[in-house]
Amino acid sequence: MAEVLRIKTPLTDAVVSSLKSGNSVLITGVMYTGRDAAHKRMIDALNRGEKLPFDIQGQIIYYVGPSPAKPDRPIGSAGPTTSYRMDAYAPTLIKLGLKGMIGKGWRAKEVIDACMKYKAIYFGATGGAGALIARSIRKADVIAYDDLGPEAVRKIEVVDFPAIVINDAYGNDLYVKGVEEYKQSEEAHT
Amino acid sequence: MMREVKVKQITDAVSRLCMEANFDIPADIMDAVSKAYREEASPQGRDVLKQIIDNDEIAHNERVPMCQDTGLAVFFVELGQDVHITGGLLNDAINDGVRKGYKEGYLRKSTCNPFTRKNVGDNTPSVIHVEVVAGDRIKITMAAKGGGSENMSRVMMLKPSDGLEGIKKYIIDRVGESGSNPCPPVIVGVGIGGTFERSALIAKKSLLRPLDVPNPDPELDKLERELLTSINKLGIGPMGLGGRTTALGVHVIVEPCHIASLPLAVNIQCHSARHKETTL
Repeated sequence: MAEVLRIKTPLTDAVVSSLKSGNSVLITGVMYTGRDAAHKRMIDALNRGEKLPFDIQGQIIYYVGPSPAKPDRPIGSAGPTTSYRMDAYAPTLIKLGLKGMIGKGWRAKEVIDACMKYKAIYFGATGGAGALIARSIRKADVIAYDDLGPEAVRKIEVVDFPAIVINDAYGNDLYVKGVEEYKQSEEAHT
Repeated sequence: MMREVKVKQITDAVSRLCMEANFDIPADIMDAVSKAYREEASPQGRDVLKQIIDNDEIAHNERVPMCQDTGLAVFFVELGQDVHITGGLLNDAINDGVRKGYKEGYLRKSTCNPFTRKNVGDNTPSVIHVEVVAGDRIKITMAAKGGGSENMSRVMMLKPSDGLEGIKKYIIDRVGESGSNPCPPVIVGVGIGGTFERSALIAKKSLLRPLDVPNPDPELDKLERELLTSINKLGIGPMGLGGRTTALGVHVIVEPCHIASLPLAVNIQCHSARHKETTL
């Protein structure tokens, strides 16, 4: 297991600046969930001059559509969904003060640029580890767009949520660096 | 002599399949992930593989879905021609089973209207492929197909002149371009030949073959191993963080095609390769 940093939400610029691509982190505090449909609604609301359903300053949005909670559990399985589908919306939210996003998969250049310009972090979580990740989510309440079901915006409280810094505020990309490190030529023998 | 099967038997079986497929990772997948964990060179890749193993054990023990994306429910039905289904229609019975299983199993409902994106609410309609076969039994295979890996899949109508080299290049490039998106380590389902839609169907069907069962055709077995070696040299690794384990397997099905065509389908499957079958 690589060295792990413990961080708390909301994220300050100091914390964002200290994180480097490749750092493993455990996140504790409040986060918000949102994926495709919720992002569209949030951006539509902004375009109409309305406010977002929560104060986005310093916050992290976790790209997840959890499965239904069993009785006596705060949430069902809750692993990350693929992030590129939120690329069209993310730069606007980062500009407004969003400091972190958690998902899986590569981001568009516009998102990486926004992370550098406004100081924000893109974290990766392990896709398909929804049952494991759910253990770090202690509380979940739908705070907006209830009609979207799994896509509703939830306020969640997490303790030691496991993630890794993919894109830091300096333009580094773990997906690029990691692949470069392990790529072998066709002729190479393992 | 026709053998009768009541729709209720089908509905109950489907309901159970939906839950078990989502709670219980197939043994061949767990074995392959465990082997990859022992052999992976990248420390971060190993961390990811350990998380996957722990996750799949939690899902099995606590009867919760291993992944929150419990998929669109895809069915391959082998219907014996001496079976008489009574009390209703086959497709209705299957969809009733999906409604029941996804509700009782606390599985996520993921079907929606393509334009409004409004959730249908009960994960129907499912995708049902029926093949009529000899005998008086019904074999039902349920696959829970998540959106992340399905989105990275493609059908490509190659030119016959592209040949085998063109086929190999397209498959390797597809996995490479998908990168971290489809939740690697993946299983790559390949359909070569047939028509546009047939290639996609056989690519999906190829994913049902267990990882520890080699392709019965020695030439295709060789091709699968060659493709797997090339894909694992891409360096993508578990969850795209870099590493040697990008794919756990490549499965190929080949069928004859039109003299003008060379259809190629690549159906990417994430490591949560969920499928379960039963025979009635």
